[in-house]
Amino acid sequence: MAKRIDVSGLTAYYGSHKAIEDISMTVEPRSVTAFIGPSGCGKSTFLRTLNRMHEVTSGGRVEGKVLLDDEDLYAAGIDPVSVRREVGMVFQRPNPFPTMSIFDNVAAGLRLNGSYKKSELADVVEKSLKGANLWNEVKDRLNKPGSGLSGGQQQRLCIARAIAVEPKVLLMDEPCSALDPISTLAIEDLIGELKERFTIVIVTHNMQQAARVSDRTAFFNLSAVGQPGKLIEIDDTERIFSNPSVQATEDYISGRFG
Amino acid sequence: MSHAAAVADKSPSTLQGASLPRWSPWAIAAGSLALALVIGLAGGLDSKVQWGLIAGILFILGTFGIAAKVEGRRQAKDRVATSLVWVAFLLAVVPLVSLLWTTIQRGVKVLDVYFLTHSMGVVADSEAGGGIYHAILGSLEQVGLATAIGAPIGILTAIYLVEYGRGGLAKSVTFFVDVMTGIPSIVAGLFILSLMLMLDMQPFGFAGSLALAILMMPVVVRSTEEMLKLVPNELREASLALGVPKWRTILKVVVPTSIGGIITGVMLAIARIAGETAPVLLLVFGNPFINANPFEGAQASLPLYIYQQYSQSAGSTAAYDRAWAASLTLIAFVMILNMVARGIARWKAPKTGR
Repeated sequence: MAKRIDVSGLTAYYGSHKAIEDISMTVEPRSVTAFIGPSGCGKSTFLRTLNRMHEVTSGGRVEGKVLLDDEDLYAAGIDPVSVRREVGMVFQRPNPFPTMSIFDNVAAGLRLNGSYKKSELADVVEKSLKGANLWNEVKDRLNKPGSGLSGGQQQRLCIARAIAVEPKVLLMDEPCSALDPISTLAIEDLIGELKERFTIVIVTHNMQQAARVSDRTAFFNLSAVGQPGKLIEIDDTERIFSNPSVQATEDYISGRFG
Repeated sequence: MSHAAAVADKSPSTLQGASLPRWSPWAIAAGSLALALVIGLAGGLDSKVQWGLIAGILFILGTFGIAAKVEGRRQAKDRVATSLVWVAFLLAVVPLVSLLWTTIQRGVKVLDVYFLTHSMGVVADSEAGGGIYHAILGSLEQVGLATAIGAPIGILTAIYLVEYGRGGLAKSVTFFVDVMTGIPSIVAGLFILSLMLMLDMQPFGFAGSLALAILMMPVVVRSTEEMLKLVPNELREASLALGVPKWRTILKVVVPTSIGGIITGVMLAIARIAGETAPVLLLVFGNPFINANPFEGAQASLPLYIYQQYSQSAGSTAAYDRAWAASLTLIAFVMILNMVARGIARWKAPKTGR
């Protein structure tokens, strides 16, 4: 199910501005990879290149290769819509569809893609909500609007929505930054469970979170404001947080700069 | 109050200042009204409008003077701003209410079931009797057809501009929509008339619909555009990230989220064209008989009927009464449309309840 991601020589632009430069890394299947680094270093931009969401922004374009189990996402003839069905995404702010009920939100991916059997829909929704640890909280009000849930519940609803289409990879862009510690814990536990089935990449500003949930950690940095962000190093999380091989990583992790 | 006063006795507070009692704006309003009455009577001013304006000015000046004396300059300015808003509100509402009142008062005289279900076919304009059935029918058909043409084109144009439009084409479309917003209705009518003359056609209802559709489109484009822009980008991204194609994202996520506002915009555009007289006069011509076919032969319409009852009846009271009743019907029609729009907007609005 889960797939490996191989990135080589990836550079992304916003118009003429180079946001990230020459990034190469491998993301192992059935693992959690965390991206850390200061604001503006291109973590989110890089994440969005992994399911071709970067080009949705006006002026966004990409050079380089992203291999998803040996298939280049940026090769000619690849349909970005199909890519996004394989590589799902959870955003920083919970964004359930306001016109839809909880049930419809989870079913949205299947319904809007038109590829589902009516009889299976309820099962998929239940399975996804259980997978997102939300089922017990919402099973009695599946027909209520999703926007009536709390922030943490909404974010888990968005995760349920993302895993309902059975992606191979799940990208999470600071999924807990708008949530309180208890909701954050719920989502971190969830990430631990989800990595059994998916390849997970998570962007976070919270270094304890990266240390808690991830198997591997990538540190991004930029040399100066306006310069493109670069991958400094990627290694096992334990090594990054105990004995990183680059001085800049250690400075960032221990709170020393410059 | 007494407690506050006791505290103030102990240590004079810098936070507490003298303040006017709550009823003071009403008292000042009553005072300025009375004064305006005196000035008006003494000065021999005939116009009640002048009296009202004097009262308004006195109210603002009085508020400032009294508040400045008791409370200080900053509070006085605050109160003046408040009273300015109130006076402006009243100035805006008074003509509206008086228009509505006059129309209802004069309109109900002949407005009954008979009036709504009969035409002017065998009734001369100067005689009593007759009705507006033919005009209601014509209005509904012309406005309905205009909406069927104008609303889809307008909504699709707005979707193009917001979701797809980049570069020169989008800019020029926006520019022409802006230009179209400013087209006087008579010009739209003349445009269609010139086509009709070229093709040697007689007036008919659908020609009016075409002109009305031209007038309606820019209004629909503008309002729909604004509504679509209000849809957060995060929703589009959420849908795209699920692997939903862009066109389905627009159809199933963006438009449903803003459908309430879009419908309201369309209804307001309908309300605007329902009262148009000039293009209808040129293109539909008017007809005292019932003509249910908008594609052949002259038709009537409500605004046209009102105009013709006034202009062609040589001052007959019966015709005036009919014109007022038709005006009342037209206002009621537009109001009902607005209410329906509000209802739909509320019904379709994104739910927030738990």
